Amino acid sequence: METLKNKISIAEAWSVLQTVKDPEIPVLSIVDLGIVRAVKFEDESDKIEVVITPTYSGCPAMDVISMSIRMEFMNKGYTSIKISQQLSPPWTTDWMTDEGKQKLKEYGIAPPVNKVLDSQHLQNLCVPCPQCNSYDTHLVSEFGSTACKALFQCDDCKEPFDYFKCH
Amino acid sequence: MEQSNNLQEQIEMVMHLADNSLIMGHRLSEWTGHGPALEQDIALTNIALDLIGQARLFYQHAAHLLQMQDDKNCLTEDDLAYLRDAPEFKNFLLVELPNNDWGNTILKTFFFSCWQYFYYKSLLNSADEQLVAIAEKSLKEIAYHVRWSSEWVIRLGDGTPESHDKMQHAVWRLWPYTGELTADKPELLECWRQKVIEVFTEATFSTEEKAYMHKGGKQGIHTEHLGYLLAEMQFLQRAYPGCTW
Repeated sequence: METLKNKISIAEAWSVLQTVKDPEIPVLSIVDLGIVRAVKFEDESDKIEVVITPTYSGCPAMDVISMSIRMEFMNKGYTSIKISQQLSPPWTTDWMTDEGKQKLKEYGIAPPVNKVLDSQHLQNLCVPCPQCNSYDTHLVSEFGSTACKALFQCDDCKEPFDYFKCH
Repeated sequence: MEQSNNLQEQIEMVMHLADNSLIMGHRLSEWTGHGPALEQDIALTNIALDLIGQARLFYQHAAHLLQMQDDKNCLTEDDLAYLRDAPEFKNFLLVELPNNDWGNTILKTFFFSCWQYFYYKSLLNSADEQLVAIAEKSLKEIAYHVRWSSEWVIRLGDGTPESHDKMQHAVWRLWPYTGELTADKPELLECWRQKVIEVFTEATFSTEEKAYMHKGGKQGIHTEHLGYLLAEMQFLQRAYPGCTW
């Protein structure tokens, strides 16, 4: 059994966080998603603080994510960690990494297209189908399988697919 | 003394916002599994989830403020949501009204979302940083709710004679509960009315100018419907105090 360590560097902490997955979209790490806002030492102590922000206010994944972070650090032998939530500035899909967007597409979810809030123009949006890349797609419902997604369908390959809303 | 009065007012305001979101969210969640089509079932469930999430943020903040007021106070968000009785809830009467039919639910969501939109915008100037953060976060979600409910008001109002007729009844039924939304903040009334008129015009409805307006929610004087809602929502914590799963 690994002995408990007290010290961890900030860089090591980020690499631990890379291994924590979003429970709804297991191909994405919480770093890819952009919900880790900061990693720092709490008041100069050895205790590491991870600051996360929710994608949506009611996102039920937040509690699971907090627990997964704690478990992942414990697996690596670090027990002195604190997880705090920060709401402001509110999370936006702009914080999703390019690598994250690529992983989403490979997983079958169309990544966010724009940089601004979709709520104004979701219906006029051209979202390429993650299966066949066709732009001949249409919006089925602006609310999808989770709070952060909308439902589209491809008119070429006929596959329905999730689109990660810009937010 | 003045400072403690301000804190008390602040707590009451945050609790009022929390209660509105929770009760509205709970009502909408009653549609889960009963929507007229899968996509709309999911839409209402998503909106309910957003509202309950907002309610949690407000209750957490209220619990923090209560502790600032009295450091022996250790109430949590769960105590505030599950262990208060109807007269202690300060939500608008509109949100506790039964869902009734689909059109009535849509209209209620529309009236409430428009109010939230303008009210939360005004919160962005608050001196309370956490309140600003919650408002900023929620506004992104509310923008979707306003748009979705507006589209349905128009689709049903300007739809078939039957859908128009049902919506017209919903307008008559719910309009008398809209006065309370802006009673304490008359500066919001104009923005709210303009948005409603814009959507109503397209939906071929007119606003009810001279209706009698019900009030009392903010004073804890509720309709008979709230007690039944709480009985269901709070059942588990009342029957098995402290229960977790």
